[in-house]
Amino acid sequence: MEKKHKTPAVSMNKTTVNNLITYGIVIVAFVIVQIVNATGNMSSLMTGLLVPICIYAIMAISLNLTVGILGELSLGHAGFMCVGAFTSSVFSLSTQDALPAGIRFFLAILVGAAAAAVAGILVGIPVLRLRGDYLAIVTLAFGEIIKNVVNVIYLGKDETGFHFSTKNAMDLNLSENGMVIMNGPQGITGTPKDATFLAGTILILISLVIVLNLIHSRTGRAIMSVRDNRIAAESVGINITKYKLMAFTISAALAGTAGVLYSHNLSALTATQKNFGYNQSIMILVYVVLGGIGNTRGSMIAAVILTLLPELLRGLDNYRMLIYAIVLIVMMLINWSPKCIEFRKRHSLKRLLGKKEVA
Amino acid sequence: MISFISYFVNGLSLGSVYALIALGYTMVYGIAKMLNFAHGDVIMIGGYVVFTAVSTMGLPPAVGILLAVIICTVLGVTIERVAYRPLRGATPLAVLITAIGVSYLLQNLALLIFGSNPKSFTSVVTVPALKLAEGKLTISGETIVTIITCVIIMIALSMFIKKTKAGQAMLAVSEDRGAAQLMGINVDGTIALTFAIGSALAAIAGTLLCSAYPTLTPYTGSMPGIKAFVAAVFGGIGSIPGAFIGGLLLGVIENLSKAYISSQLSDAIVFGVLIVVLLVKPTGILGRKISEKV
Amino acid sequence: MALLEVKNLGISFGGLKAVDDFSITIEKGQMYGLIGPNGAGKTTVFNLLTGVYKPNCGTIFLDGENITGKKNIEINRAGIARTFQNIRLFSELSVLDNVKIGLHNGCPYSTLAGILRLPKYFKVEKAMNEKAVELLKVFDLDKEMDYKASNLPYGKQRKLEIARALATNPKLLLLDEPAAGMNPNETAELMKTIRFVRDNFDMTILLIEHDMKLVSGICEKLTVLNFGQVLAQGPTTEVLNNPEVIKAYLGE
Repeated sequence: MEKKHKTPAVSMNKTTVNNLITYGIVIVAFVIVQIVNATGNMSSLMTGLLVPICIYAIMAISLNLTVGILGELSLGHAGFMCVGAFTSSVFSLSTQDALPAGIRFFLAILVGAAAAAVAGILVGIPVLRLRGDYLAIVTLAFGEIIKNVVNVIYLGKDETGFHFSTKNAMDLNLSENGMVIMNGPQGITGTPKDATFLAGTILILISLVIVLNLIHSRTGRAIMSVRDNRIAAESVGINITKYKLMAFTISAALAGTAGVLYSHNLSALTATQKNFGYNQSIMILVYVVLGGIGNTRGSMIAAVILTLLPELLRGLDNYRMLIYAIVLIVMMLINWSPKCIEFRKRHSLKRLLGKKEVA
Repeated sequence: MISFISYFVNGLSLGSVYALIALGYTMVYGIAKMLNFAHGDVIMIGGYVVFTAVSTMGLPPAVGILLAVIICTVLGVTIERVAYRPLRGATPLAVLITAIGVSYLLQNLALLIFGSNPKSFTSVVTVPALKLAEGKLTISGETIVTIITCVIIMIALSMFIKKTKAGQAMLAVSEDRGAAQLMGINVDGTIALTFAIGSALAAIAGTLLCSAYPTLTPYTGSMPGIKAFVAAVFGGIGSIPGAFIGGLLLGVIENLSKAYISSQLSDAIVFGVLIVVLLVKPTGILGRKISEKV
Repeated sequence: MALLEVKNLGISFGGLKAVDDFSITIEKGQMYGLIGPNGAGKTTVFNLLTGVYKPNCGTIFLDGENITGKKNIEINRAGIARTFQNIRLFSELSVLDNVKIGLHNGCPYSTLAGILRLPKYFKVEKAMNEKAVELLKVFDLDKEMDYKASNLPYGKQRKLEIARALATNPKLLLLDEPAAGMNPNETAELMKTIRFVRDNFDMTILLIEHDMKLVSGICEKLTVLNFGQVLAQGPTTEVLNNPEVIKAYLGE
């Protein structure tokens, strides 16, 4: 991406204040929800949305790192969420009796994030050699492959350990006490519902700290230099493969974390086109575009609003996706069309006031 | 052996639909240098137009197809004018995201107008099935018609580009847009024409796709669309014979892997092929190398 | 020993010999010009020296180290930095950040230290800021350090590119048409800056330029390229009076 990014300002203070505002928004939102909840004013519908809000906010923060900071379009982001969801569920189910809930969930988050990071590296090494449209379509391909593969995995556990098959549950040859964990297209049932709004909020904050601190560090600058001018970046000795892969992997790990929240919020987990397919990836892209490509706080807020909106505007349900599509197109045209950019430059308020535009 | 041939022929049938769609992708990519994500959804619209004309209004199939071609052409040109042209000169990422938005828009428009319930499409093909090897091997009329249509269109397109002024203008624009403009070629007009032809092809592809696979939903076009793009990349993006070969190969690979490996993993295998092709020979089978000037 | 020693360098693109049998020796501290008509292969030589292209034949030695066929980032670390004919800045980043990216390899701290804001982060960032501002002052860009690079006027963008290249702490600086698009006043100022850089940073500079005033004003030695081959080589005045060179420039 070349135009209109929020970029790290020079004065440390300005960025620090900006970041603190972002953290503050999350904390204030959390407190408000707790107050409304305590006074009994929260509908059950809203209560059910609290964890999904956190999931999509993290996904938006994560994808914004790839699209806005790294400048590459990933259409397979839901695939990394899928990896995080399934690996963490397998972990939680197989350690259900051995570990207390809190520690188990903490470890499940680490497992999900790590598995998604590994998937990110495996996907990233080939994918990041490509550019632009090809990269986008290959990430889409990987996302679909991940989803398809998850649907043919059968995994069970008994006294002798784990059993694996790609045919069916019977083929696992489990003993009588054995338990089928992953059941092919039926997915995973009975994942403990460990995901809470508090856990979700903490994970949002952690994601924000990671991404915002990364952007305003040496590594983040290197990543953005690759985005702005690959050839110039190489000419000053930036190892572009390394930094692309690093951004992509961190982004994948964050998506995996969102996946952990997702799977630990549902009693039945399956991989379908709707939750882990490219439609989901595109939905998250809508959040990022709406929030402003490269704008971490904006992406997060857009995700929250768009997750709440359909529930608040139930009557408009049929038109919701249509409106999203139109908003997506209009936003892109306004923000990126060379004519609009030219127009804004000529008529910008700052210019009228005689100030020069600052990065 | 007979069953293998039968899978193979079905693969060719599916592949020729991919090839038809891929022709549209490859033309637009070659000339406008953009991935028209919404191409698959124009196909779906074409399917719905034929369905409405033939099944709902009782018009003859030929009229239905003609209507679909007209509506899709207008639609394609409109999309180009409204959504893509203003972004000419913007970063490819912005164009791609907009194209995704258009794809999303068409799907949801169809969803609003036609609902999410699948419509069962009545085949417009009246050619009888061909029975071979004492009736053990059947080649459906749809397969025959699709393959023949695809070959005719491919030849016609190649002739058009080689022999006509407009075709030469397309070649020039795809080679160097700036230089073409300087030589007095109407670049905007040429790109609009490309979208018109691509969308007209999409209408025909939609009709044939729905004839062979008769369930029609707002999402009918999206997966075949993406796979056709894979086919176009496979064959070498920008190359018309490449799209044809890529489409057929992809159809055969998909059908054979469905039959012999796993029906659940067939999509994964198709996408795996794409990844391998892009990594080993990113220019595809018949593509040319493009390098960035420093 | 010479700082840059290039022998018999050659590359061809699909049968066309873009650069053929190119040899050059540049001494430390020298101001060296590479001139020639358009399409003579000057930028290709830069691309070969900086590892953007791999040569088909020939050797490149920098300060005694063989850097032939190395990748561009390795060559930058070995000590060659460059600017580009068509300016290539990190357009969305601030002027200061552009220079700080040049300092990237010279001021290391780990990604983790950056994310966790360990003491090392603050220490190194502070040092980086100081170094960057110092460099910007040389080019009179310090007042604009908060500007987005793409918002700088053209002449200052060229200067910023030089500052960024210098930030990588090179031994040899390659400037690709630094005066392109500048008016005579700006060119005169640029000449002063280039001299200043040579003297104060102890720099060796190889530059491609069409502006003969700049070339004859600051270059001590010249190499003339024509159709990928060396047409003439030697002290500036000698080369500029060479009838072959005049013919190549003015035609028959």
